[in-house]
Amino acid sequence: MKQFSYVRVTSPDAAIAAVSKDKSATFLAGGTNLVDLMKSGVTGPERLVDINRLPLTKIEETKTGLRIGALVKNTTVAEHPLIIKHFPLLSLALKAGASPQLRNMATVGGNMMQRTRCHYFYDTAMPCNKRAPGSGCGAIGGFNRMHAIFGASDKCIAVHPSDMCVALTALDAVVTVKGPKGERKIPFGDFHRLPGDTPEVDNTLQRGELITAVDIPFNEVAGYAHYLKVRDRASYAFALVSVGAALSLKDNNIADVRLAMGGVAHKPWRLKEAEAFLKGKKATIENFQEAARIVMAPAKSQGSNEFKLTLAPNTIVEALKLAAANGNI
Amino acid sequence: MDDQLRNEEQTGTSRRSFLKQTSLMTALALAPETVLKAAEKELDEKIAAVIETMPLNVVINGVKQSVRIEPRVTLLDLLRERLQLTGTKKGCDHGQCGACTVHIDGERVNACLTLALTTEGREVTTIEGLADGDNLHPMQEAFLEHDGFQCGYCTPGQIMSAICCIREGHAGTPDEVREYMSGNICRCGAYSNIVDAIMDVKQGGKKI
Repeated sequence: MKQFSYVRVTSPDAAIAAVSKDKSATFLAGGTNLVDLMKSGVTGPERLVDINRLPLTKIEETKTGLRIGALVKNTTVAEHPLIIKHFPLLSLALKAGASPQLRNMATVGGNMMQRTRCHYFYDTAMPCNKRAPGSGCGAIGGFNRMHAIFGASDKCIAVHPSDMCVALTALDAVVTVKGPKGERKIPFGDFHRLPGDTPEVDNTLQRGELITAVDIPFNEVAGYAHYLKVRDRASYAFALVSVGAALSLKDNNIADVRLAMGGVAHKPWRLKEAEAFLKGKKATIENFQEAARIVMAPAKSQGSNEFKLTLAPNTIVEALKLAAANGNI
Repeated sequence: MDDQLRNEEQTGTSRRSFLKQTSLMTALALAPETVLKAAEKELDEKIAAVIETMPLNVVINGVKQSVRIEPRVTLLDLLRERLQLTGTKKGCDHGQCGACTVHIDGERVNACLTLALTTEGREVTTIEGLADGDNLHPMQEAFLEHDGFQCGYCTPGQIMSAICCIREGHAGTPDEVREYMSGNICRCGAYSNIVDAIMDVKQGGKKI
């Protein structure tokens, strides 16, 4: 691991100041991705600003929803009674991700900040536009069975591996960030970005901006939620395809529905067109299949991930079936 | 802010700046690449010794440890290389195998991805901290009883993880145990016996 200096801060302002003024500095939260990337020589900040002691560790009920502090551990969110009651989809998604040990370390903000990545990103002997802009993409035309089928560019076809973020985008979460210029709010769907010509940039944060909280507005879809994650083994693996589905039913009519996918794009992939189609329709297999067809229209295979073109729509239909049947846990 | 200033001092920023200005560094900057490569490792270590070690106070298995370490030292390396607590194993060193599982303030984590400095003031428990003299911890007993291992390399991590699996309330059924032990890989494939050991301890109802 490259050498770096370390500072432990106790206020958000001190953290923001420390990273704003130093281009080679970065925040350290749970470290489950950052430390790993540093060990692999993929990234090498010269200064780590340890934010783990900041008072951003509460889950609170507000007038309009729940507010989760950026440093709440993934385990805490997944097991929290208020989260399970109001946003079971988030709890299910979190429990499908990583391992118990990693979930005890990883924070909400850190989960969002984990890099969109693939094996070529980790392998410093290979070209990767995300790691070394302009060096090319090893995955295009290479081994790409894990890679994107939506929103990829000719510079990068990696996928964002988070399960938590799939649920948060489906639940219309809003991210609060604080930076040298003050505080601002970012709709969750605008937090991560597609690769385009600058795959080295995963999200829309500016230098020095610190995630302080994530707000999730109350909704009517808590009763019927399911997170279906398809992977190479039963647990503790990234998704090949995952689908977060939550809906509310009135006389088997879909009153409201939220749908998002993981493992298919550079960012958590919200399925708004399919949601619009399903709203007001009967909860039937035929309608679920039509929704999946709408989702898949722009999908594009990279070669080895051709199977995702079949797996993805099947997973959407299955997740909706399980959610509608109250697949709630 | 005071805290931050204090920490600024501790990181030795001024020493780093000083070093960058020394003639040694200037000479190195002008040296041919081949010479640099050969010198790289040794140089790295020398700089490490000068630039920055920071104080760390952490309680490990009930014993207060005060050491000075580089920021890049992981908790796993601190345990194994500095404190000779080699019970905690280094498997993948990337958070994928669970061999390095320890408890920090009672919660299981991967020591390989934990920078040691982040544990300031915390309480760490390793496999060495479980037994009471010659009396093994019930989970250790159960692993022996059920042959929960072959080569034994993953075992310390398995046992540390298994204890939390029960404490967290995730050992209701064998299926639940399998899910909540998924962060611990066993290449020998002792999984079924590990699950048996955990269910046995759970059903025994002893406080663990």
